[in-house]
Amino acid sequence: MINKKFFFKGFKSILTYDSPAIALGCCFIAIGALLKNLGFNFQETVFSTMLTYALPGSLVMAESLLIGASLLNIFLAVWFVNARLYPMAVSLFPLMMHKNQPKWKYYFSCHFIAVSAWLIMKSNYEKIEKEHRIDFWIGIGSATWSVAVLGTICGFYFSEYLNKEMMMGLAVVNPIYFLCMMVGASKTLEITLSVLLGLSLGPIFYFLSPEWSVLLGGLVGGSVAYMIGELNVS
Amino acid sequence: MSVSIFYAILVTSLATFLSRFLGAISSEGIKETSKLFKWFNCLAYATLAALISRTIIFPVGVLVEATYFSRFLVVLFSLLIFFIFKKNYVYPTVFSAIFLSTISFF
Repeated sequence: MINKKFFFKGFKSILTYDSPAIALGCCFIAIGALLKNLGFNFQETVFSTMLTYALPGSLVMAESLLIGASLLNIFLAVWFVNARLYPMAVSLFPLMMHKNQPKWKYYFSCHFIAVSAWLIMKSNYEKIEKEHRIDFWIGIGSATWSVAVLGTICGFYFSEYLNKEMMMGLAVVNPIYFLCMMVGASKTLEITLSVLLGLSLGPIFYFLSPEWSVLLGGLVGGSVAYMIGELNVS
Repeated sequence: MSVSIFYAILVTSLATFLSRFLGAISSEGIKETSKLFKWFNCLAYATLAALISRTIIFPVGVLVEATYFSRFLVVLFSLLIFFIFKKNYVYPTVFSAIFLSTISFF
């Protein structure tokens, strides 16, 4: 079962003064309000966040519904946008794999892979023994997921009090917070180059293919950064 | 809307879970000291950075209505505040929301 001590240690890691929960909550307030304005009822709005728990994917779904896209189009658009979760999972789970832990914990907790939880885990995993990292991760994921759901509920109920300017303010919080976190995490040559190249190549590739721009920017930027890092070591 | 909201949510969750689950499965044989892990780490950081810059430069949703110049100013001042306050995450985040709301209002 889940080790309560490490679970709550992870859960409490979002209760710091510079917690990502603030930015995450703000963004999901905006999502809750947006989905209500699109005609989602309370249950649909809440279940959307509970089951998806990925901001860009929810935005793409909302936009696709607005333009009357088919289910296949929605699936493909969301899959492309959220394909970034694949390298995020591959670069996180090996840090938590331990032979004493059951597989179901890894399969269950992959739902918590999202930028905020991923960045918190990446900055804290070294403080936790490898055997208990998965319980710590489930704690972090449960906490950030709960904040997302609560933010969505608040957004749904307060949407009529939020004007366009306030919604814009809430929407910019997430990219700014993540940008600062990425700049803060740039401590090695490889990571610094990955961040810089990703920031530059994402918008450049947008002119070639809007759907693939994030993945192409990540693939090319990350690979070049990795190769330069390896050359620098050798 | 031509598509039922229920099915749209279902399809969105499946598409999102697929990447997460495939990531969890394929990471089973990867050691944290391997070159493959390091490469994926770089890919993850670069992909996130690409997503952030695309969100700011080519946004979807309500941010589309903010001008390029206002978004550029928000990024610039938020990063300045981030470095002035010794890499504190809260001040630039709170500032960005207030600043963009205010300049968009006027």
